[in-house]
Amino acid sequence: MSELLLARWQFGVTTVYHFLFVPLTLGLSILVAIMETIYVKTGNETYKKMAQFWGKLFLINFAMGVVTGIVQEFQFGMNWSGYSRFVGDIFGAPLAVEALAAFFIESTFIGLWIFGWDKLSKVQHAAAIWLVAFATNLSAFWILVANSFMQQPVGYVLKNGRAEMTDFFALLTNPHVLYQFPHTVLSGFATAAFFVMGISAYHLLRKNYLDFFRRSFRLGLIMGVISILLVTTVGHFQGQHLVNSQPMKMAAAEAHWESADPAPLALVAFIDEKAQANSFEIKIPKLLSFLSYNTFSGEVKGIKEIQAEYEAKYGPGNYIPPVTPVFWSFRIMVGAGVLMILLALYGLYLTRKGQLEEKAWFLKAMLWAIPLPYIANTSGWLVAEIGRQPWIVQGLQKVEEAISPSVSAGAVLTTLVGFTVLYGALAVADVYLLTKYAKQGPEETITPKSVGTSKEVSLWT
Amino acid sequence: MDLNVLWFILVTVLFIGFFFLEGFDYGVGILLPVIGKTDTERRMIINTIGPFWDGNEVWMLTAGGALFAAFPNWYATLFSGFYLALFLILAALIVRGVAFEFRSKDENPTWRKCWDRMIFAGSLIPALLWGVAMTNLIRGVPIDDKMEYVGTFWDLLSPYTLVGGLAGLLVFALHGAIFLSLKIEGELAERSRKTALGLFIIAVPVFILLIVLSYSQTDIFTKLGAGLIFCGAAVALLLAYWFLRSGKSGLAFVFNGLTIVFSTLAIFWGLFPRVMVSSLNPAWSLTIYNASSSSYTLKIMTIAALILVPVVLLYQGWTYWVFRQRVNAKHLEY
Repeated sequence: MSELLLARWQFGVTTVYHFLFVPLTLGLSILVAIMETIYVKTGNETYKKMAQFWGKLFLINFAMGVVTGIVQEFQFGMNWSGYSRFVGDIFGAPLAVEALAAFFIESTFIGLWIFGWDKLSKVQHAAAIWLVAFATNLSAFWILVANSFMQQPVGYVLKNGRAEMTDFFALLTNPHVLYQFPHTVLSGFATAAFFVMGISAYHLLRKNYLDFFRRSFRLGLIMGVISILLVTTVGHFQGQHLVNSQPMKMAAAEAHWESADPAPLALVAFIDEKAQANSFEIKIPKLLSFLSYNTFSGEVKGIKEIQAEYEAKYGPGNYIPPVTPVFWSFRIMVGAGVLMILLALYGLYLTRKGQLEEKAWFLKAMLWAIPLPYIANTSGWLVAEIGRQPWIVQGLQKVEEAISPSVSAGAVLTTLVGFTVLYGALAVADVYLLTKYAKQGPEETITPKSVGTSKEVSLWT
Repeated sequence: MDLNVLWFILVTVLFIGFFFLEGFDYGVGILLPVIGKTDTERRMIINTIGPFWDGNEVWMLTAGGALFAAFPNWYATLFSGFYLALFLILAALIVRGVAFEFRSKDENPTWRKCWDRMIFAGSLIPALLWGVAMTNLIRGVPIDDKMEYVGTFWDLLSPYTLVGGLAGLLVFALHGAIFLSLKIEGELAERSRKTALGLFIIAVPVFILLIVLSYSQTDIFTKLGAGLIFCGAAVALLLAYWFLRSGKSGLAFVFNGLTIVFSTLAIFWGLFPRVMVSSLNPAWSLTIYNASSSSYTLKIMTIAALILVPVVLLYQGWTYWVFRQRVNAKHLEY
């Protein structure tokens, strides 16, 4: 395999893996902060237990998010030095500000939160988790500012053989980030909501700590209903924005080869990328036009026409991303989202009727629904990043020009295998711990365990 | 003073902060199996750095971010050139960070032993490799006229840079041992102090060897200030030893810390205005001018840094105040 392909795989593996942990961190930090705030306000010990129980799960997940994030910052220089030289003037700034303005707060105050239960006042301690929650979400903003430049470059000029920043404010108000940030953060909230509801459902089914998990479920439900409805709405407008800013990505997401007015929406398609056509499809007339423009008419450009336009603009070459994975990832994302909406709304209905605990099948479904947001998040990023191909920065630099010339394919393969094996092993440990503590329930977590017998255990035998 | 110089200074400060702060938590991790004999002792040892290590690590991430933003060519050449070394550092930091969080979450002795080893290896590898990396920066590596590294992983490992790595490892281990003697209660504090005294016996000659080799292998001593301050680092190390022997652990910590500060300063001073030395042709070295961002980006970054760095220092300092008491066996969060 070529260095390019290996480096892409490495980016894909490390990024998707990192983003398994980030969304839960975004939302769960806020839920834990809310729980602790209710405890501080009301003095109700149940909410303290809730903050501690969910906080423990939060920390197990948080650790994985942090350590895999370090790889993200380093690999631009390691595997993509061509990219780093070309856009470092712009791309580095939000990363550096993220470290200074967000990551420092997050890492410092998480230490205070973990170790400060009896060293800080109640209000200070609650403030620490709020700062963590705030900084985590702020962190997402800066990272998405950087990513949005790759999707929609703004505020720059080409000079000295590279892209140089001319307007930092334009970078912050990049139209792309104005959709991407709420979409991503709200997906994180939905992830946490389904995580909390799923684990609570597990215990409600077994009649464990009923009061505790009823309250937890209700908090999760509120966050879930609000976030999943908002994320869909934002997603709709984001799609419309992309039709204009990255038409090729959206055309690929719809496997929409020929321009059409009005354009139909393909629900399912067998895609023949070589022939640039779909051998079979189930279509709904006019729907793609409607989704693109909110009216049932209007031309939506097809892949072939956009390809011709790009050739005229950027010279000969293939500007079509891999259509099949983008098309299906998009459908998986939307499908998972629709399921989440239905579950959340039905959960709301049941709770209002007071019938939640009578419907065992629903509680079971909620437990099994924990992976749904993860599937949606991952496939969403696959659409965003595969749909951007062959560009690393839309219209400015191609992926093939971005790799590190000094790094051999063998070296990339070594690290790719290394990261994959390491990540695989850590995933096992992480899932083991999350399952263990999720099943255990809150009682075990309230009293800090006494240290236990201090047996002599040698490190080396 | 132009912004390129200012950013070079800021990067230096970030590396000094990183090595000073994370130096002691690397050291504590390295000494975990040496000083901690029982599970409780090891938990106490880990708890001395529990509230801090994560925040300390962000100094490295910020230094990395600052390189990317202010000197993208430095970031690109360094990170792609030192590719496998950085991979090892990353792998080490991953298992280390997770190990702190995971080790006490299960009582199975095998589980704990496994994560304790991760903490040990995850602290030792970066402590060693950062020293190798820093000495490579000043000694020079094969960089061509396109700023690309044209050597291999093995070119980074010369006798000089290995001594650099070993010196870094020893000084960090010392930093950790003295920190432990200050932050932990009872017999463990005394054991840490004794370990530190033992470590000095090896660290002092290795450090002096590093200085001698730096004199012959690099041009650092052509700058009077850099040379003097490097020797100052050795003096600080000797003073740290003397203070520790006289039972003044606090001063020993300060002076061992000064060894880290002075060595880092000497290397960056020796580099200036270069940021990476080309061993092929001095003209191909990366400098604060040919490796930097545009003046607009530097200006934006300067404003951000001037506002944010003082705030970071304030709340990080406050953390150390909150957790100023010695760690005992009564409350062990990790």
